[in-house]
Amino acid sequence: MDIFERFAVPHPSPAIYVSMVAIGLTVIAIIAGLTYFKKWGYLWREWLSTVDHKRIGIMYLISALLMLFRGGADAIMMRAQLAIPENKMLDAQHYNEIFTTHGTVMIIFMAMPFIMAFMNYIVPLQIGARDVAFPRLNALSFWLFFMGAMLLNISFVIGGSPDAGWTSYFPLANNEFSESVGTNYYMFALQISGMGTLMTGINMITTILKMRAPGMTLMKMPMFTWSSLVANIIIVFAFPVLTVALIMGTMDRLFATNFFTSTNGGMDMLWANFFWVWGHPEVYILVLPAFGIYSEIISTFSGRNLYGYKSMVGSMVIISLLSFLVWTHHFFTMGQGALTNSIFSITTMAIAVPTGVKIFNWLFTLWKGKIIITTPMLYSLLFIPIFTIGGVTGVMLGMSAADYQYHNTMFLVAHFHMVIIPGVVFAMLAGFHYYWPKMFGFILNEKIGKWTAWIISMSTLLAFMPMFFSGLDGQARRMYTYSESTGYGIWNMLSFIGAIGLAIGFILIVYNVYYSTRYASRDISSDPWDARSLEWATPSPVPEYNFAIVPNVKSVDVLWEAKYNNHILFPGKYENIHMPNNSGIPFILGCIFFAWGFSFVFGMWIPAISTTIGIFVCMGHRSLEKDHGHYISVKEIEETETKLRGA
Amino acid sequence: MKKKWAILTAIFTITTMLTGCESFLVLDPKGPQAQTQAKDIILSIWIMSFIVIIVFGILAYMLIKYRASKQMPDYRPPHIEGSILVEAICVGIPVIIVVFLSIVSVQSNYKVESAPAIYKDKEPLIIYASTSNWKWHFSYPEENIETVNYLYIPVERPIEFKLYSYGPITSFWIPQLGGQKYAMADMVNTLHLAADVPGEFMGRNANFNGKGFAENTFNVTAMSQEEFDEWVNEVKDSAEPLTEQKFDKLLEHGHVGQSTYTGTHLTFLPPPEGENGGHQHGASQSDDSDNHSSEEHSSSEDSNSAHNSH
Ligand code: HEM
Ligand SMILES: [Cu+2]
Ligand SMILES: [Cu+2]
Repeated sequence: MDIFERFAVPHPSPAIYVSMVAIGLTVIAIIAGLTYFKKWGYLWREWLSTVDHKRIGIMYLISALLMLFRGGADAIMMRAQLAIPENKMLDAQHYNEIFTTHGTVMIIFMAMPFIMAFMNYIVPLQIGARDVAFPRLNALSFWLFFMGAMLLNISFVIGGSPDAGWTSYFPLANNEFSESVGTNYYMFALQISGMGTLMTGINMITTILKMRAPGMTLMKMPMFTWSSLVANIIIVFAFPVLTVALIMGTMDRLFATNFFTSTNGGMDMLWANFFWVWGHPEVYILVLPAFGIYSEIISTFSGRNLYGYKSMVGSMVIISLLSFLVWTHHFFTMGQGALTNSIFSITTMAIAVPTGVKIFNWLFTLWKGKIIITTPMLYSLLFIPIFTIGGVTGVMLGMSAADYQYHNTMFLVAHFHMVIIPGVVFAMLAGFHYYWPKMFGFILNEKIGKWTAWIISMSTLLAFMPMFFSGLDGQARRMYTYSESTGYGIWNMLSFIGAIGLAIGFILIVYNVYYSTRYASRDISSDPWDARSLEWATPSPVPEYNFAIVPNVKSVDVLWEAKYNNHILFPGKYENIHMPNNSGIPFILGCIFFAWGFSFVFGMWIPAISTTIGIFVCMGHRSLEKDHGHYISVKEIEETETKLRGA
Repeated sequence: MKKKWAILTAIFTITTMLTGCESFLVLDPKGPQAQTQAKDIILSIWIMSFIVIIVFGILAYMLIKYRASKQMPDYRPPHIEGSILVEAICVGIPVIIVVFLSIVSVQSNYKVESAPAIYKDKEPLIIYASTSNWKWHFSYPEENIETVNYLYIPVERPIEFKLYSYGPITSFWIPQLGGQKYAMADMVNTLHLAADVPGEFMGRNANFNGKGFAENTFNVTAMSQEEFDEWVNEVKDSAEPLTEQKFDKLLEHGHVGQSTYTGTHLTFLPPPEGENGGHQHGASQSDDSDNHSSEEHSSSEDSNSAHNSH
């Protein structure tokens, strides 16, 4: 009996029961389907135990899209609740859980895997490598991320969701004020996926620094690779801070330490500092790779090299440094005094300069180009004006005296959505359409794609512009309701309509995938966009080993040079290729980590200890294991290449 | 395409104009601090609109001029590395803007962090504002009275709020008088506000603190000094005294209506000690160099012990 009470959701509602049933049925359907079609072996061999960076990238992509819908459902519920004053659809507790999971899911489990998907898929191809530096670690990173995401997602059917906001400020997040296990879930879900992210950071830096094709100096790397390098360096510096903060928060909740309490020598503001020392750089971890994708797309569809390559790289490096020097702008109002606020106000606004440089460089990449507007290009062009509005409101927020009025209001919510949606989500959708033919061998329908891009971008404006006004009119964020007399009703209703538009847009993307899978032509070349960089020099679908012959690079736009200036991209002849073996251990270790997190969430010490031992056993096994990978013979390569290139 | 950009630009111009009209609380200041902030906001809106329009303009120009459909089929875009001059402009102008805004921002920081200059010659009224889930307690130590969930203040006189919290971090905010500041359990923050004109204003907690957050509000009434004095005398004559039991009862989680007391909780449950209580965030306000000492922490512990017993 006790066990049921323990796992019961503290604030059940019909919606939760319906989801429980839906989750149950889906799981049964998946298991039954896999068994019926005898796909278990396929699933295990080709996906669960894969170490191929391209398949891992695709798994990240699928997870990101699933989480986009999870977080989007939360968003719609929030907007529906606020659409009319004094709405009774959700109560305060539910609203709090929903905005907490929305924020957490969107940042950690939607935006992060989205960029990870592209980094995994594209970076090795762009630098002419056969895989990442540590393929098995890469698989482990993915499974840790995935299990962290699942752990957070079961919270709303088992034990209760976190409700202290995605920022989880202490003392609100301590046991006294957040009694349910929700915040434990938050701590462990972020911890487990955060470890995965840190590993990816190290892996990607090593890959980019060590595995570039001959001739590719740092200043000849494509912009997406550059942006990934910088983002991963930020990851390696920022994520350990999160790790430590989460450990301390966990200790406070599970073992009654006093790191963040307001008594016994604890400091609640220490959490805010740790959180944002990680949290602000996190924003740039997300947005820099997105910028990289825009650079690729804009230069491809302008038919031109990227304008100001060097200043693009320089501005990213400056942004990465500044991103660590501004965290205090998230609590200008914490009483740190005029001097501190002035310093952080200036560093914050300073970031606008390198960001502006990037915007102008994209604009000048269009100059004298031959602009073809495809779906990916349309997203990239729509990004510029919307992101600019979001960006300049960021400068406004950076003026600390004025921020006393914007802080914690809908103005802030409007700002960061107007930055993060065009900045990250549009970029990922652009990349999704752009790289789809490389991943799956056909082009997504352009007509549906362009309609979707317009619907999503206009709905973004409709959903978030009104929040600037309700914010200036005094509507605080995270309020689950407001009275008629405040006059916020109209703004929130507009916002709701915009949110519906966004939902329609996202559903259209799924429809496009379905439609194009059925009807799109499979007869496209491996380079359908007439692109410029190495990833398009591979056949589609990309063979396991990526490049049969290691390419020889002489400029940023090597493929372009090869196509139009007679550069010989693949000198030499086939040789045996060494590739890593698949391994089930990353998946198994991921599952153990899931059980480990779950045990700690509920303070079940025996499973917690056994899973901890399990983790070390897996690691020990790996250290003693002798696995030298395998060779792909010249004959096999020849066969594959003739098949793919249709020679 | 061209039309769509025109619409986008139009939307933004209309929005900026709308913002220009003074119908929003934050842009309808009734005190010097809020005025400083509103001025900064309007100024930055104008400057930022200028940048937005430039970006929109360049984008529209490029898209109109260099569309593939407008060009010869055999046109080959040139290779352009970038130009020092263009990049100097792209860096130079933003730098100038940021420097200008930084100067404005720093000046405003010092303004909002000190007593309003125009009422400098007047003695400030000190009010302790503390939150417990989910209410506001206002103590007037000099007048020796305390109110719950409403605030009376005299106009044209600087008010010095001392902010702290019994529980999660909250944020004290009266948009028309000035921007917010955090109230925390282990320190006392100071916020300087003043009202120019009599009136009723909305005040609320702006920082999420759990279930009752949406209703964590209070009313502010600004009145002349005479009316204020009258009110104080009336309270002293008619209100009940605030006892320790009554205050403990008030600290329990939940919502209560407005109420008024003689005496303040400061006497039996003093706020966290020192200018900044237990902590100091690199501020310029206090010269107490050793304020992380254990005594101070234990004193804030005392002040919270009542709360922890719930
Ligand atoms: C699909 C359209 C979206 C809508 C309609 C939407 C709406 C909202 C709303 C209503 C809030 C709560 C405001 C509040 O009461 O505090 C919110 C918060 C938030 N959103 Fe979104 N959102 C959307 C997409 C996104 C995306 C794509 C991201 C990130 C990549 C994101 C990240 C966040 C974060 C971090 C918060 C803060 C949560 C918190 O206050 O703890 N949202 N969003
Ligand atoms: Cu930040
Ligand atoms: Cu402090």
